[in-house]
Amino acid sequence: MSYNAYITKEPIDGADDGPLAGRTVAVKDNISTDGVRTTAGSAMLEDYVPPYDATVVERLKAAGATIPGKTNMDEFGMGTTTETSNFGPTENPAAEGHVPGGSSGGSAAAVAAGEADLALGSDTGGSVRCPAAFCGVVGIKPTYGLVSRYGLIAYANSLEQIGPIAPTVEDAAELLEVIAGQDPNDATTRDATDEISGRTPDDDIRAYTFADAADGDVDGLEIGIPTELLAGADEDVVETFWDGIDELESKGASYHEVDLPSVEHAVEAYYVIAMSEASSNLARFDGVRYGRSGGYDGNWNETFARAREEGFGEEVKRRILLGTYALSAGYHDKYYKKAQDARAWVKQDFDSALEDADVLASPTMPVPPMERGESLDDPLKMYLADANTTPVNLANLPAISVPAGETDDGLPVGLQLVGPAFGERTIIRAGSALA
Amino acid sequence: MSESAVDPDEVEHIADLARVNLDPEERERFTEQFADILSYFETLDEVPEVEPDAELTNVMRPDEVTESLDREQALENAPDSEDGFFKGPNVS
Repeated sequence: MSYNAYITKEPIDGADDGPLAGRTVAVKDNISTDGVRTTAGSAMLEDYVPPYDATVVERLKAAGATIPGKTNMDEFGMGTTTETSNFGPTENPAAEGHVPGGSSGGSAAAVAAGEADLALGSDTGGSVRCPAAFCGVVGIKPTYGLVSRYGLIAYANSLEQIGPIAPTVEDAAELLEVIAGQDPNDATTRDATDEISGRTPDDDIRAYTFADAADGDVDGLEIGIPTELLAGADEDVVETFWDGIDELESKGASYHEVDLPSVEHAVEAYYVIAMSEASSNLARFDGVRYGRSGGYDGNWNETFARAREEGFGEEVKRRILLGTYALSAGYHDKYYKKAQDARAWVKQDFDSALEDADVLASPTMPVPPMERGESLDDPLKMYLADANTTPVNLANLPAISVPAGETDDGLPVGLQLVGPAFGERTIIRAGSALA
Repeated sequence: MSESAVDPDEVEHIADLARVNLDPEERERFTEQFADILSYFETLDEVPEVEPDAELTNVMRPDEVTESLDREQALENAPDSEDGFFKGPNVS
């Protein structure tokens, strides 16, 4: 059966040898591939063929990976269910009839269905971790600045990172090794050799080692559990989450509860910042240099407004408008500036909680995978499902989602582990005790 | 808390600023949804003023000419072009 995991199936071959030789890596369709259509899930870019590769794609090719195709996603990454795609929804292979999560739903579904060995997603407010949790696979959102965003079609630059999705933590870590590294084409990346301090990789493709940290050794690991991130979660989800913590405890980890009062404001801060950045980023889609044209009748304002009416779906319009509103005269201080305050507060809260804990744990999503079509009519309800993932992007920190088990109804539940900046090896080690 | 309630004219005005045409049903739906979403955003009022940790640095590079897309590649995705230029609609 088809899960509609791919928007475009067109194999791209990598080098003959390398750390990923013989493996397939599906790539989310907002990551540019030279000569292969890249739509970002939008009618606006239905015929867009990038003339260059994203840095992560160059690295995949150099590492010997084969890219089987470009995966389905919420339009421009704006969604939690992969239902806002212009190319139809993706089915959840691990829970049929339910959404695969989003926005990287196609990537997670491709891995869960065995249609790719590994996949890349992008995570602006949970878009790698949510679909990983909903499809019962592993996803990593790297520390901001670890992975190049060059060639990623921007949604909210200050929040997003490209990250790996895989069946196991070790596989995800191997893919992260290939894509991580400083890039002159993305000035927000930097060399983190000192902080990461693993052993030196044995080829010149990789800058860091992560896979060897997936040894399952959690003896002595101290876990902080933010009570605020359990409070709003479904009972079923919380139960499964505690099963996962029990398992870590049985392997020598211990936990304590922590208070993170700032995260109560994370979702609204996240959406104000993400929508504001989106309203500016998506201004480039005017149908002149690329994308759907609005024709040549009337003046340019009328033409652009027509191109954008036809090319953008409803969720994208909603976010552009709300972002425009939040940044408009008279409202900037009320929304955008307060959201930046909240962001700084969240960051301080996480940093101080991580002084007494190696990792912070929570359910990745407060709810199990929704039934398809359930959340489309109520955007605010969809936004609130991002309560546990968005704080991590606001704080620029790394996080992993690993399968924790299933609800009584057989729906996958993910457990999220958050580490300190460039603490990828720590979250990989902790996560590998579960998957 | 209802000070952010928006009316259809305001939604239309924002859509104008954002250069996005809306159909009448979209405008109605957005008016209703924005009231909900904006009143939720207003809980940001409870956030204290926070001094961000000063850890930002400028990243500079030498201003050197490097290889880039040629003109033909740059125009490949343009719906229309003329004499090696992008072709756009009338400015006014």
